Amino acid sequence: MSAASMLSRPVYGTLSPQAGKHHLLVADAEGAAAILDLAKNAPADFFAKAHIIYIPGASGPEYIDALKALNPERFYEGPSFAAALPRLRQTFDAAHMGTRLYIAGSEGLIGQVMQVAAEAGVDHASIQTEQRGSLARRVQCVHCKGITENVTTQPVKCSHCGLLLLVRDHYSRRYAAFQGVCINAEDPTDIPPTEEIFR
Amino acid sequence: MGINFKQETFRDDFSFRNSPEQVRRFPFPFHEDGYMYSVNIEPHVPGAKNTVFEHLFDVDEHYVSEMHDRALVLAEDPLRCQSLPHMTLAGWDTLELLMTEKAKSYPEHFSLTRDGDKWHWVNRPLGIDDRFTFGDTSTLPYDPLEYITRQSQGDFAVLDQRDGNLWMDAGIVTTQADWSLDFDIGMNFFEWHAPVPLAHEMGVFKRALKFLMALQQGQPARRHNWTMTINPRLDTSPENYHKWGTDRTTVTPENVGDKVHLRVEIQMFFRLPRSNALLFPIRCYLIKMDELVTSPKWARRFHRVLRDLPPELAEYKGLVRYRPTVVEWLSKYDDGAPTSPGFGPD
Repeated sequence: MSAASMLSRPVYGTLSPQAGKHHLLVADAEGAAAILDLAKNAPADFFAKAHIIYIPGASGPEYIDALKALNPERFYEGPSFAAALPRLRQTFDAAHMGTRLYIAGSEGLIGQVMQVAAEAGVDHASIQTEQRGSLARRVQCVHCKGITENVTTQPVKCSHCGLLLLVRDHYSRRYAAFQGVCINAEDPTDIPPTEEIFR
Repeated sequence: MGINFKQETFRDDFSFRNSPEQVRRFPFPFHEDGYMYSVNIEPHVPGAKNTVFEHLFDVDEHYVSEMHDRALVLAEDPLRCQSLPHMTLAGWDTLELLMTEKAKSYPEHFSLTRDGDKWHWVNRPLGIDDRFTFGDTSTLPYDPLEYITRQSQGDFAVLDQRDGNLWMDAGIVTTQADWSLDFDIGMNFFEWHAPVPLAHEMGVFKRALKFLMALQQGQPARRHNWTMTINPRLDTSPENYHKWGTDRTTVTPENVGDKVHLRVEIQMFFRLPRSNALLFPIRCYLIKMDELVTSPKWARRFHRVLRDLPPELAEYKGLVRYRPTVVEWLSKYDDGAPTSPGFGPD
């Protein structure tokens, strides 16, 4: 079954400015470009009410100046999602009614921000998302439950228990992860070739 | 006359067997000589005596041993039983339904005495005699869903109904045909069925959801599904797939009769009264090929179904490695004679 028809997988859109009192924009790497594209259509006062949380990752400093030039009310640059997490949680806890959430970048980032938003009671259907950049996947091993980040190959070795996992298209919002299932459980001597497919 | 509960295993030495009486009441799932998905939902009404549909919740000779196997699975992996915080009331609904039906159907084995919210539950086969306050989880050793489903054969999913969909928000799953409650919990109806091939395109799930959302209290429904299992293993979970997957390479022409099992799920749907949730029990029945072919009709028909199964269904059900061996073995029992309509063994 193709990924496009896998109904457990979220459908991502294109960021567009929404009417709101405040705007929280979270992005990683190439996701910055989605914010810059949104800015082209945003009303003049949009970024005066905006908080940008950006994790550059592999993109390095490429987009930092352009994002700052939008003159957001607050701008935060974080070294990793884990490092940004306490700040993100606090921001959700303090958010008022009328705050709009925009998430752009890798599927792993979108999923994890959605997780935090869901914990804070934000309905996932009311969030704008846009996938940009790497198609690397977060994968949960169904056997040991460990999460392997930034998976680009099929199959992939679980970074926790070491089993060789088939990365399925079946996706859990609760874990913000794809499901990994042992690919050679029936015959452990059968080692299929590893291909780089999630780029 | 009570049920003669057997002591047997579903792992290690696999001592599970069906008595001849249990073979006769096996819910053979094919009403014709072929198989394709269908919604196949029918009213779940008490059926003929000596069938698995005689009572709303069938208790059979494997009850005590199945409950022991469930306890072993839960001790090893407690994530097989989960309930999102808003599902506790549905757990009490489930407890009430299972206790009242068991006590009504099998008074020699189960009894329930109610004095307001002070309940007294006796389960003789499992040696349980508990008094508790209905609605007060602190008076039970487990949350209500886990407490009563540790005493009930089959898996149970509890579905919350909201936003025009059903959500897999609680359950206990220790005898599953290869799906993970832990991964799927919190998903809606289409999401948790996402990996099933062909059926989405056929509109099966849209029709099924529409039917289930409209299901009324007191009018339960059921459908069946099937797969195959090598060795009588109840816990064919994805969690443990790396431990049981090699079973599928062990089938030989000599051991098909004892090792290969047809696995039938009776899936039931009950509207729960307080929570408006749907209870979705999934009861599993296993039968060895040696036992199945004691009915000439079942042998002929299952041979034809398995032989003609579309490849993508064989793949999804995990039958690919051993299907040719089993079809060859079953062909000895198929003389080409016509089979009568319906499920019964003749």
